[in-house]
Parts: sequence; C-alpha cells; structure tokens
Amino acid sequence: MNRTFVNYLGPAIAVGSGILTLIFAPLILGFYEIFQLTQYVILAIFAVSMAYIWGFGGILSFGHAAVFGLGGYAYAVLAINMDSSLLAFVLAIGTCGLFSLILGYFIFYGRLNDVYLGVVTLVVALILWKLINHTSGPGYVIGDARLGGFNGIPSIPVLELPWHGGAALDPIQMFRWFLGGLIAVYVALKLLIQSKFGRIAIATKENELRATLLGYDVRQYKLLVFVIGGSIGGMAGAMWATYQTFVDPNMFSLEVSAKVLIWVMVGGVGTLLGPIAGVVLLQALSIKLGETAFINNQIVLGMILMSLVLVFPKGLLPSMELLVTRFFDRSAAQGQGVSG
Amino acid sequence: MTTTNNPLLVTKGLTKRFGGLVAVNDVNLSVSEGQLHCLIGPNGAGKSTFFKCLTGQFKSSAGIVTLEGKEVQGLQTYEIVQRGVGIKTQTPSLFDGLSVQENISLSALRNQASRQVVETLEEMLELFQITHLTRREVGQLAHGQRQLVELAAVLAAKPKLVLLDEPAAGMTGDDRIRLIQTLRDLAGRTTFIVVEHDMQFIGDIATGVTVFNRGRVFAEGSFDEIVARSDVQEIYLGKEVDVAA
Repeated sequence: MNRTFVNYLGPAIAVGSGILTLIFAPLILGFYEIFQLTQYVILAIFAVSMAYIWGFGGILSFGHAAVFGLGGYAYAVLAINMDSSLLAFVLAIGTCGLFSLILGYFIFYGRLNDVYLGVVTLVVALILWKLINHTSGPGYVIGDARLGGFNGIPSIPVLELPWHGGAALDPIQMFRWFLGGLIAVYVALKLLIQSKFGRIAIATKENELRATLLGYDVRQYKLLVFVIGGSIGGMAGAMWATYQTFVDPNMFSLEVSAKVLIWVMVGGVGTLLGPIAGVVLLQALSIKLGETAFINNQIVLGMILMSLVLVFPKGLLPSMELLVTRFFDRSAAQGQGVSG
Repeated sequence: MTTTNNPLLVTKGLTKRFGGLVAVNDVNLSVSEGQLHCLIGPNGAGKSTFFKCLTGQFKSSAGIVTLEGKEVQGLQTYEIVQRGVGIKTQTPSLFDGLSVQENISLSALRNQASRQVVETLEEMLELFQITHLTRREVGQLAHGQRQLVELAAVLAAKPKLVLLDEPAAGMTGDDRIRLIQTLRDLAGRTTFIVVEHDMQFIGDIATGVTVFNRGRVFAEGSFDEIVARSDVQEIYLGKEVDVAA
C-alpha cells in the first residue's frame, strides 16, 4: 500500500470519527458522559497546543500551564465585565497570544538555549500561580470581577453564541462546539505543518544552525510557533473557564504543566493525534483508578506511565503507525511474492 | 559567467581578536566573480576563524567585508545568506531526520516559487548524481554522501558566492572525484572560496590560492606558484618562518 496513503489515512479516519462523534454522541450517550467528554475535548485542545510547539517547533515548555491559566482568567474577567461573552472569549485568546509574543520575544531573541527556555517558562508559570494565589484581598478587583486569590473566580458567564439566540450554551451545544473546535484546530495545524512556514519551522527544530545557514531567521519562526501554540493553549483555558464556570490558581500549577507534557509524551511527540489519545487514555484511567479506594491510584498511575514510556519510548501513536506500516509493507511484499 | 576582474568579495584589514589572541590579523583579500579560490594553511593559521567572520558566525573586531561593494560585516548570518552567500560547514550540518529531497527543497524554498523548487531539486540531484538517495533519511547516509547532500542543499538556493569549509574531508574515492568534477563544472558560473588542507584536492580545483599563517596572509598566487615556494612548504612541515619578513 502506498505510504503516502497510509500517512493520510490516520488523519482522515480521525477527522471522520470526530465528526461522527460530534453528531451522534449526544444522541447515544447520557448527560454525564457528554459532560465528561467535553472535559476530554478541552484538555485535548490544550495537549495539541503543547504537541505543536514541542513536536513541530522544538520548544519544550515546562510552564505551558501559564497560557492555560491566563486564558481561563482572561475569559473570566472579561466575560464578567463585558456584555458579549463571545468577544471575551476571542479577547482571551488574543491576550494569550500577546503574552506568548512578549515572553517568546525575550526567550528567542535573547537566544536562550533549550535548558534556560524550560526554566524560564516554568518559573513564569509558577510566578503567575503564586501571584494569583495572593489576590484574595478586596482590593484585587478588575471591574466587576474579584480575583479571589486561592478561592478563584466563581459564577463565570457561560459562553453565548449569537446564532443560538444569544443564550448560554447548554452542555450538548458546548460539547458540539468544542469538539468542532478541536477538529478545526487539528485540521488547521495539520495544514500549517505542511505549509512552507510549517516545513521551515520543522527544519529549525531539526537543526538551528543549518536553518540559519540556509538564510532563515530561526528566532522569527520559533516565536511564531510559540505564539500559535500559546493562543491555542489559551483558547483551551478559556473553554475550561466557561465549562466549569469557575477558575482557580491551580490552572497555573506545576501539576497542569506536567500533565500536558505527559499526555504528549505518552501519545507521541511529533504527532497531533497521539496527545489527544494520551489525554483520553490517561484521564479515563485516572478517573477509573480514583473510583477504587483500596489502592493508591497515584502509585498505580505512575507505574502505568513508566511502563508506557518504557514499552513505547516514541509514544503510542508513532508505535502504532510503525506497526501498521510494517503490516502493509509485509502484505505488499507477500503479494509481490505470490504474483511473482 | 567566467572569471572576471569584478571583485565579488573584498576584505580590508579584517581582524578578529579573542582576548589577547589575534586569530585573524589585518587580512586583505579580494575574490573576483567566477573565481574558485582556496584558503590553505597549517592548523591554527586562522582560516576557519576568517571563514566564520565572513559568514557572520563571528563578529570581526576590526576591518570591513564587502559583498558586491556593500558592507556586510556586522550582519547576522541569515542576512548574509539572504544576500547571496551559500555556506557549507566543516562537519556536515543537515536536517538529519528529514529526507534528502526535503533537505535540498528547504534551501530552494527560501527564494524560489514552488514549481521552481521542484526543478532545482531535480537539477541538484542530477548534478551530484544522488537521485537514488532522494527519499533516504539524511541521518542514515554515509559521511561522503552527506557532504554531497549538504553541497547540493547550499547550491539549491543559487548563491552568488559559496563558502566551503573542507568539503572533501572524509570523502572516499568516487565521492571525491564527483565533487571535483562538480566544482570544476560550476567554476566560472559561481564563485567559490574553499578552505582546505588537502593539497592534491586544491591542485585539482583551484585557480587561486591564499596561504594563511598565524592569522595573516602569508602568500598568494596560483597553485603552481604556491607549491613551488619553499617557505610555504616549511610552514606546512612545521618549520619556523619569520612572518614579519
């Protein structure tokens, strides 16, 4: 079988499955399952944003929670203060893009190497976490939005879309729109990766020196990848805020930054679908283990993660792709043998 | 294009200091359009430092570098490349995880339209006789093949001036012959500055040679003139020569 066909088969199946899920899942599943799936969808968008900057731009951020939290808080503050929650949603994404642009400018134009990049992003996320934790006093108010410190911001307006008559999205609509968002993000990133910009960004990840010697300004490409990833991560944060109608400083936490790295690592760095599978698998596992009281689920989850990384060092999806490709190659070879 | 008297690259008083060490000392060099010029010298003579000053990888301490009459010292490496300079490093520097095709295309992609990129790719694969490697991952290739792929990638951007740092290093017989033939074919159409140790290789390709020693230009001339000089032979054999003389 043609290898190019195999390469396109996965994304086509994924998009098709996504669209079918979007249409039929609400008809088949109950309210709780849909509510749970919406959470997976939001976290999958967050994981895809990390997968893009790490796998296709070579930017390993240890503080990706910064944009997730910022997106959530920006949406919360703007939605409370503005009439249009849709505009608040768009502006929250823009805020995260701008934040990534400023942070990325200092990182990439300051020529920080990979280690320092990891440290700086981690520290920025922790500073934001600490900062928001200390905003519990009555003075920390933006318009009508009280930041609330470690208590977070409750009663955030749910996203309203004008074509739904201006009413807040119900859980089924939210699921459909957010899953549609995930599919759109996936397709857009897939096209971006195959574009001239995407190919050069991958080249800068592969070898910065050679990319420079070919006349490309590596800093510019890395910065743009960082801004795109940051904006998508921020969108996931804003979705999280409207989904929960609540945000708290834990959105900026080290746990969130670590989790997104684990989802990408387990799913496969250098893929976009792998991290989505990583989110669903690990989150579902985490919930299942949490239901049992007689074992320490953190230890079991840790052991499973270690096993996955040891058995599939390249991640689940690349390992599966390798198996499928080998299977088709072997079938083709056998076919030739028979016909020959 | 054949060799003309129009200087393409000129350095005047180019100097690079590392603290108290003067690695490149007041170097004046002029390379004409279409020339294939070699820089030689013993280890530590300052050839590679001079090379890196030309490419913007090192910022020169003093002096000027002009390309087509315009000063380029102080520019970033990518800006110098955008002005028509191709750079091949001493150790092959490639996108190891990508195919030969992608490595060459990425170079052409910068200044050519998609259709032209395909034409350039085919042209380079044929020129270096590496069509059979098109879909191979570069990281899996032998050293000599990697050297050829890097050169193909550099030339794919159609530079006016190509700077090659030890292009024949580690090459086996066939690859080496192929490289010599290609450089001979291209000489006259493209301008080359080659840093090289291998005198036999230089004899096969060069039209002009500059000898470096202790950061200075020690001698200049044709290959035959240079190899005939006893003082050049002495610095290569490690005997002391009075540089000031």
